[in-house]
Amino acid sequence: MVDHVSKWFRQKRQIVHALDDVSLEVAEGEFIVIVGPSGCGKSTLLDIIAGLEKPDKGQVMADNQPVLNPGRHRLVMFQESALFPWLNTFGNVMFGLRLKPGLRNSERREVAKFFLHLVGLEKFMEANVHELSGGMKQRVALARALAPNPRVLLMDEPFAALDAMTREQLYGDIQRIWEKRRKTIIFVTHNVREAACLADRVMIMSPTPGRLREMFEVKLPRPRDFNSIEIAQHAAKLTAALKGHVEHDAVTNA
Amino acid sequence: MRRTLLAVLFFVALLAIWTALVRANIWSPVLLPSPRAVLDYLINSVRDGTLLQATAVTLRRLLLGYFIGLAIGLPLGLLTASLTFVEDTIGVLALGLQTLPSVCWVPLALLWFGQTEGAMLFVVIMGTVWSVVIATDTGVRTLPPIFARAARTMGSGPFHRWVHVILPASLPYLISGMKQGWAFAWRSLMAAEIYVTILTGFGLGHLLHYGRELNAMDQVIGIMLVIVVIGLLADKILFSPWERFLHRRWGTGRV
Repeated sequence: MVDHVSKWFRQKRQIVHALDDVSLEVAEGEFIVIVGPSGCGKSTLLDIIAGLEKPDKGQVMADNQPVLNPGRHRLVMFQESALFPWLNTFGNVMFGLRLKPGLRNSERREVAKFFLHLVGLEKFMEANVHELSGGMKQRVALARALAPNPRVLLMDEPFAALDAMTREQLYGDIQRIWEKRRKTIIFVTHNVREAACLADRVMIMSPTPGRLREMFEVKLPRPRDFNSIEIAQHAAKLTAALKGHVEHDAVTNA
Repeated sequence: MRRTLLAVLFFVALLAIWTALVRANIWSPVLLPSPRAVLDYLINSVRDGTLLQATAVTLRRLLLGYFIGLAIGLPLGLLTASLTFVEDTIGVLALGLQTLPSVCWVPLALLWFGQTEGAMLFVVIMGTVWSVVIATDTGVRTLPPIFARAARTMGSGPFHRWVHVILPASLPYLISGMKQGWAFAWRSLMAAEIYVTILTGFGLGHLLHYGRELNAMDQVIGIMLVIVVIGLLADKILFSPWERFLHRRWGTGRV
């Protein structure tokens, strides 16, 4: 699967040059993390890949097909869990599955159970959304996104709102699940350490206008420990690179 | 158990005070009948069928009008929330008409439809529709956009989204709008029935009215009790299950 992104983007009310000629190729089964300071357009980029926003120039290709609309082949996990409060945990995971044709309802239920089990929440199937903790909500959101078996999983700072302990637990979980399922993941964050811990490749973005500047490969064995020295070293490298670009831009723009 | 006991005690105490006031003979029994007299009236009118028949007539008008009102109001509210053209036309109209006490529709309804069921239905529908439109509209507008976005990425098309995301997500608003619509419909129907004789059927409001004409205070109070009980039951039967569902799912209300 090839995903070739190349685009420009303007916002509606005022013209903000959000993304400037961003190109990116993602291979099947790859874990890509896009890192950048807030306001660098990384979420916009993700929305465009998802098909939620339209680019003004360029296009997104998925499996040689242009992406025109959002669809279940590219599921998004948002910063807020975006779980539906009118459904229980199980119902939320079923939501995407019900939209997937060619399955019997009994199969759907089996799949939903399987993924709830995978994220360790099979005991909370009947729980209401408000009864779950922040970390549990994101796990349900993950199960909901994985259940319809999308080609790509897009993650928009999914752990940013969680406390440090929960987050570290989820880094472990997502690596474990990714090892098992080998999903293509595009993950957006401002946390360099998170990037170093999760990614095969890290793309560095700089703001105004949003540009992809540099690519780092992280070749560490998995599962990786968030607190290990290697991760810290990679994170330091990423931070330095990020700062370099932002400062360089500040000088050139001034 | 303790709560039920307390509630029963409270109403027994009310009855006791009522009886005591009657016994004290401060007001003439014509103005303040004893609970016993009211009960007798209720038993007799159930026996000769007038009360049950009137209740049936009134409830039929109310329920029919109310559900027609819902069927019109819900889709209209969805439309005003999603199309600016409808918002600027129907939306403004709804806002204006909602402030109009629904009794004010009675004279117009009588002229248009005569003293018939049609007039009664019209009044009830007008009482219901506008508050349902406004509640639906508000509900849809206050939805966090993230729900629709999440649903779209899962492959939910526009129609699916309306039915499976936008309607259930705005349920808290819809329920309160439906309750308000119900209250307006009920009040306007009572006013209309007291105000005019409808040739096609004799409702509770008429019984109330004739109670006054005949100076039969036991009848007046008896019918008022029936009206209160119907209101209570409607709340318990129509809305309580929904509200309990809301509180459980959304985690609102008392814990």
